[in-house]
Amino acid sequence: MAVQQLENYARPEQWTGLELVDTDVHINLPGLKNLFPYLEARWRDYITESGMGGLPSDLYPSNAPNLFLDRSRPEQGPAGSSLELLQGQLLDPWQLQYAILNCTYAIDSIHNDDLAAALARALNRWQLHEWLEQDDRLRGSAVLPLQNPAFAAKEAEWAAEHSQFVQVTVPSRSREPLGRRGFWPIYQAAQAAGFVVGVQAGGSSGNPVTPVGWPTYFVEDYVNVPLAFQTQLMSFVTEGVFVEFPELKVATIEGGFSWLPPLMWRFDKDWKGLRREVPWVERPPSEVIRDHVRMTIAPLDRPDTPEYLLDVIDQLLSDDMLMFSTDYPHAHFANSADALPDGISGELRTKIMSGNAHATYRRLS
Amino acid sequence: MTKYVVATVDEIAPGQRKVVEIANRSIGVFNVKGNYYAIRNLCPHGGGPMCEGVTSGLVRSDRPGNYDYIMRGEIIRCPWHGWEFEIATGQSWFDPAKTKVKAYPAGVESGETLAKNPELSAAGFQPGPYSGETYEVEVDRDYVIVNI
Repeated sequence: MAVQQLENYARPEQWTGLELVDTDVHINLPGLKNLFPYLEARWRDYITESGMGGLPSDLYPSNAPNLFLDRSRPEQGPAGSSLELLQGQLLDPWQLQYAILNCTYAIDSIHNDDLAAALARALNRWQLHEWLEQDDRLRGSAVLPLQNPAFAAKEAEWAAEHSQFVQVTVPSRSREPLGRRGFWPIYQAAQAAGFVVGVQAGGSSGNPVTPVGWPTYFVEDYVNVPLAFQTQLMSFVTEGVFVEFPELKVATIEGGFSWLPPLMWRFDKDWKGLRREVPWVERPPSEVIRDHVRMTIAPLDRPDTPEYLLDVIDQLLSDDMLMFSTDYPHAHFANSADALPDGISGELRTKIMSGNAHATYRRLS
Repeated sequence: MTKYVVATVDEIAPGQRKVVEIANRSIGVFNVKGNYYAIRNLCPHGGGPMCEGVTSGLVRSDRPGNYDYIMRGEIIRCPWHGWEFEIATGQSWFDPAKTKVKAYPAGVESGETLAKNPELSAAGFQPGPYSGETYEVEVDRDYVIVNI
């Protein structure tokens, strides 16, 4: 059965002929049972005997209004669980050269390191066999068992043996700031393999989304997503992750970017007076961020005056940071052309559409 | 040049300072390891009372967790924003990239004096964009004298 295209969801005419890489496409596991072919008997039985439920991400509640593209949900299973729909609704109509897959299954919510490692491996094998090996436009992000950085590094090493994986992902709402030295085995493995470390919005670490505790409403959770990213970028820079791993690139996924220029202003200013605390940060933090941090573009902040957004992009002082993404099957724009900011130059548009992704994802080929 | 007697030698022990008001200026007179230096009590960055800051050293690092602590007692940190200046020369020591832009040429004996400091060059430091005003200091028998 041919998949019907979604209305107003295809490559805009004015992008004809240009390479397009989608750096954030979501796949969702229907349920834990789908991992059984990839799990050892011990863990299959453990899950069955304990009555363990599924671990879907709560960043996009499945019935919250307007979060998912209309008709992106297959007859069975959650949105993002059908390869056929992904091909017919995204890969074909957008004429994607590559789509980088993300899976936000909440491995990070598990308190048993061994189970987390087993589930992460199973999830990555599921991604490899049921997605990446089924369509050569797809590239993968290996989910890591962040609970145990040594296990996470081993998972990155396993993923490195499969050329379809181009990234490893960790959640933005981690148990502690991601720059801390305990996590460095992950970055060591990622740098060695040429993986980008993707920081994916969300996470079930137990930490609230805000520094003042738990908000009441979903809208607060959703709008507050950048808070965790700001903390993570500061941690990566101040802890000296990019001094220790100079080839490493970090991609923020679904974190936005309009908050970044003022953060860099403040960070640079205060670094001048406090740099003796972090003497390995020998350059203004904004320079380090521009060299090492890349950002997927959806969801795009859209002020009523489009020029304001262009000003923010100028204030990044870099054309290399932003990477095109749809965040399929999440709904972020009513018209396809709105996937990119209005009024950007042709040169910048080309970089956002594919150039920056190719420069960032060293394994993308 | 006018000589101002600002203190007896005993008044400013090594590591100590005295802030004095002479020629309508507030000036900090420092004893750094037996040598006397005078710098204007006015941070060239934001106008803060620089000489009331903490004296310390410079920290540099070639990798996270490694601390190379040099010039202990030779650095003053402005109490307002924490910017670091070498007491002997008034030169700022952060943000070396900005020295490529020679934005503040008013500095007193900045470049030459600094180039001669082997400890700083060995540590990879380059002069920052700001320098505080420094004054000649001499010790005449038991008195510390500032020349303005």
